[in-house]
Amino acid sequence: MLKTLLSQVKEYKKASLMTPLFMVVEVICETLIPLLMASIVDKGVGVEGGNMKHIAIMGGLMLLLAAAGLAAGVGGGVYAAKASTGFARNIRKTMYENIQKFSFANIDKFSTAGLVTRLTTDITNVQNAYQMILRMCIRAPFSMIFAMGAAFFLSPRIATIYLIAVLALGCVLAIIIKFAMKYFTQLFRKYDDLNATVQENTSSIRVVKAYVREDYEENRMKKASENIYRLAVRAENMVVLNSPIMQFTIYSCILLISWIGGRMIVSDTLTTGALMSLLTYCMNILMSLMMISMVFVMISMSIASAERITEVINEEPQIVNPKEPIMQVQEGSIEFRNVSFAYQKDSKEAVLKDINLAIQPGETIGILGGTGSAKSSLVNLISRLYDSTNGEVIVGGRDVKEYDLDTLRNEVAVVLQKNVLFSGTILENLRWGKEDATLEECKHACRLACADEFILAMPQGYETYIEQGGTNVSGGQKQRLCIARALLKNPKILILDDSTSAVDTATDAKIRKSFTEEIPGTTKLIIAQRVSSVEHADRIIVMDEGKIAGVGTHDELLSGNEIYREVYESQNSGNADFDQTGGEA
Amino acid sequence: MAEQRVKEIKMGRNRAMGPKPKLENPGKIFKRLVGYAFSRYIPHIIIVMIAVVVSVLAQVRGTMFIKILLDDYIEPLSKQSNPDFTELLHQIYIMAIIFGVGIISTYVYSKIMIYVSQGTLNKLRMDLFSHMERLPIRYFDSHSHGDIMSIYTNDVDTIRQMIGQSLPSLLSSAITIVSVFCSMVILSLPLTGVTVAMVVVMMFTTKKVAGLSGQYFLAQQKNLGAINGYIEEMMEGQKVVKVFCHETKSLEQFNEKNDELFDSAQKANRYVNILGPINMQLGNVSFVLCSVVGGVLAIGGFGGFTLGSLASFLTFNKSFNMPINQISQQFNSIIMALAGADRIFKLLDEPVEVDDGYVTLVNARYENGQLVESKERTGIWAWRHLHQADGSVTYVELKGDVVFDDVDFGYNPEKIVLHNVTLFAKPGQKIAFVGSTGAGKTTITNLLNRFYDIQDGKIRYDGININKIKKDDLRRSLGIVLQDTHLFSGTVRENIRYGKLDATDEEVIAAAKLANAHGFITRLPKGYDTELSGDGGSLSQGQRQLLAIARAAIADPPVLILDEATSSIDTRTEKAVQSGMDRLMKGRTTFVIAHRLSTVRNSDCIMVLEAGKIIERGTHQELMEEQGRYYSLYTGKKV
Repeated sequence: MLKTLLSQVKEYKKASLMTPLFMVVEVICETLIPLLMASIVDKGVGVEGGNMKHIAIMGGLMLLLAAAGLAAGVGGGVYAAKASTGFARNIRKTMYENIQKFSFANIDKFSTAGLVTRLTTDITNVQNAYQMILRMCIRAPFSMIFAMGAAFFLSPRIATIYLIAVLALGCVLAIIIKFAMKYFTQLFRKYDDLNATVQENTSSIRVVKAYVREDYEENRMKKASENIYRLAVRAENMVVLNSPIMQFTIYSCILLISWIGGRMIVSDTLTTGALMSLLTYCMNILMSLMMISMVFVMISMSIASAERITEVINEEPQIVNPKEPIMQVQEGSIEFRNVSFAYQKDSKEAVLKDINLAIQPGETIGILGGTGSAKSSLVNLISRLYDSTNGEVIVGGRDVKEYDLDTLRNEVAVVLQKNVLFSGTILENLRWGKEDATLEECKHACRLACADEFILAMPQGYETYIEQGGTNVSGGQKQRLCIARALLKNPKILILDDSTSAVDTATDAKIRKSFTEEIPGTTKLIIAQRVSSVEHADRIIVMDEGKIAGVGTHDELLSGNEIYREVYESQNSGNADFDQTGGEA
Repeated sequence: MAEQRVKEIKMGRNRAMGPKPKLENPGKIFKRLVGYAFSRYIPHIIIVMIAVVVSVLAQVRGTMFIKILLDDYIEPLSKQSNPDFTELLHQIYIMAIIFGVGIISTYVYSKIMIYVSQGTLNKLRMDLFSHMERLPIRYFDSHSHGDIMSIYTNDVDTIRQMIGQSLPSLLSSAITIVSVFCSMVILSLPLTGVTVAMVVVMMFTTKKVAGLSGQYFLAQQKNLGAINGYIEEMMEGQKVVKVFCHETKSLEQFNEKNDELFDSAQKANRYVNILGPINMQLGNVSFVLCSVVGGVLAIGGFGGFTLGSLASFLTFNKSFNMPINQISQQFNSIIMALAGADRIFKLLDEPVEVDDGYVTLVNARYENGQLVESKERTGIWAWRHLHQADGSVTYVELKGDVVFDDVDFGYNPEKIVLHNVTLFAKPGQKIAFVGSTGAGKTTITNLLNRFYDIQDGKIRYDGININKIKKDDLRRSLGIVLQDTHLFSGTVRENIRYGKLDATDEEVIAAAKLANAHGFITRLPKGYDTELSGDGGSLSQGQRQLLAIARAAIADPPVLILDEATSSIDTRTEKAVQSGMDRLMKGRTTFVIAHRLSTVRNSDCIMVLEAGKIIERGTHQELMEEQGRYYSLYTGKKV
């Protein structure tokens, strides 16, 4: 993990090294100031009649040190900002680059929400931790060591007290952190429960109110909230020990120094100035220790984020371009030879089993079957969105694995079941299919997909701005735009994966008609729930539990295939979607 | 959750710097918040305040001790040939006791503050939640769920910061400043002047740097928002990106945004990073100036300034700068908390659903042909109508007779969406609503259970104006199955039992069987005890609908509102859902927003809605003969 992340430092190596260096300079300046102060006290003030010159010289030196410290501190700050934000930028870029290479299987593995979190929150966490490491990880231990060194220089006896105090305090802090972290992890988990309850109640408030379950939900919330209260109190009870323990250590040191140091001054083995500096160092040392423990907590909290990021960076794309790819698809024929497929390689249950199928160029194929019958899985193999586990998928006479991925996907256009429009104008969205498409081409595609009419009815027509996620068009309009976008590719094979489910039956029929008339040469695969969407296809494939249960024309299947007949009858005996028959205007 | 986190980042949660949120009346909010948090804990707060003062005084006394040590003991003892240390030891014992008290005070106030802050948060969460549960549906229509969630997470968290950390630390800082300042004045007036002057310089520089950084922070927040928005959209559409081979283009756009973010983030961070060292070194300058000036003063012995005074003063100098930095930090976090508190109080101030109903639903039984109230469940329900005029009570049996009389409704008064809706349903009848999206079908059903109140007209339920019925009782008498099913985290059994909390296991199974859900439930890994999470995400759409039907079935309401799902589920599950719904509707007055031919055909009356008006009504047969809108919907032919 560390190696992966560190390889992202790249051009910010210099800044990453300069930051701790500057920090060390800052620490040195900071450590020297009390030493000079001791000299002022002992050789300037302490001598008979005083030595103004010495005071002035030392004072000047101290100001110089402060200035040097300032320069170093500012330098360190500037470099740290550059290093950490640059580091985050590189990680973000590398992650995004790798995600672009992901196959569908890789995306499924992480889920959309998972990827978003990794690209946003997790990177911010790691950026903050990295900055902390650069600035504090070197600085705090060095500050402690230098102060300790200076203390030993002034008085080994008293420095020994510090050493013991540091060790004791260090152990106690470690124990506190260990327990506190444990409780806090539990606490965060409980927070998720609480958030889930609130989330449910905001999105399902109608159900809550319809069943008059306000009091019941309140009780659930009370339980979740009180759980948090108990855990939070327990966790904070550990943290709260910090300051009294710290105070105890400081106060004990002061008293011990006063007693031992006082006697040493009296017996002339220590100067007053040295005693004063020792008091300052005592603070420096213990504060550094506190800082170290804080850094430790910060870092351990960001480890989970770092791991999640590393997973994405190190994820191997499951589908890559072949070494010598074929750059052209000859024609739109499709063949499945003994194909089986499982989403996970090691899972026993295959989603598709022994599929053998041959489709001629220009054929229109309907695919019908229940949920989970693997209709989508079947078509997703054609443009290599997933790779078959066994057997070969042949397109245009060649195995799909021999093609250049872009070439294949441009010739095999898929309109996905869960489709997305992007924020931008309708025209911009359409041009995803063909970057340099003219307005005329776009209009033509929209006419084929029966989208032209509603687009023109919009005040800004093709320049209408689509909101993120396409929230300002209806489901049926969205589907038609997605079809038009795919048509612009002018593909040899067109696959519609349940893409007209929200389009009314009349328009659905119109779209199919324009397909037959306008793009007869394109092989068309249409997945649908409605029999009416597929009944006029050249052949219909009936899928059932990952197998082909029947292939044939509507009439053939109606007489010979029980599943098909069942579906047909149920849809024609009053189960058809009534409302959508009327559909949208 | 991810959305939540993104929002957090978009908000650029950096408390130290950056533009401050604008508040209309921060003083008022602060007063209300403090009152809310502390009024229950007045004795606690008094003890905390005393403990803070004691703790700070012990610390100040500790610093003064250095002067006493040097001037009163070490100095004279050094001059004795045979020094006697018993006096010093005695002093150290006294100091040990003072320190001990200080430490205990610190522990005591920190510990009490845990209970105060966590207790307040607990109360706050509960108050927010119970209030939210009683808000009208309108509130949820007009506020995004993300924003509501953010109140519970981000805003409550800022309050925790403020009560648990900022306020105690402010108090302790303020007391420290005052007592340290007094001690410094006692030790030396000129040195105090130097220290205070340097503090002014520090505050001035902080303000300057923060001012300079403001624009970069704004830019950083804007760019962060832009890139996070882009990431969200692109990850959502990543599969489409692949299908259209759009990877290179997507990467290009991303890199552009990433570089912009880097540029502004680097500058913004730079300023935060240098502020710390600047203040620290200014502190050092202050320390140096005091050593030099103090040294000179000590040599001259002006105003009794001794070496010991210098030693103590230098320590005070350090402990004076620290709390001042702290205050400026805490001040920012308090501003954040007040912004959070503002949103919290806004939610708490939202008016709750009003309920003037006085007609209640009670169990009843017939005695000598008279309907009387009964304590036990009888299977017969009655409306208990208390007549305000003469105090008499009458009972009306709950039958499910519903009348809409010339009802007008609009989500806001200016825009009426339902016009002159008049309809009636006799007990046990099935009324179907058909019409295109946006015609007002769902709106009508939302009026019956008073999710919204009508503008004009009357709705009568068993002859009673529904405005007179207590909302809870009205809703208890109506079952509802929504189009998009909402399930709750918990087991399958708990989800079905949601319809009737005291239902036995047998009743749960019976309801599941009626809804055709029993079969798939028993095939789940743990059957009825399978845990559902995230709105039942592990179940298919059809299965979730079956559970929603079972939930309505177990409630056994006389009137049912059904919103048939339009989303395509596979034929077999659809059959199950269909027959489950049919069984549920049997014998109940049902309002159904229909999408299926069979439902429509079997209805006693069909209402065809268009643009908020009922344009046709009648049975299937009648409407077909009419050859109007219904006919064209049904046959797909234009008329």
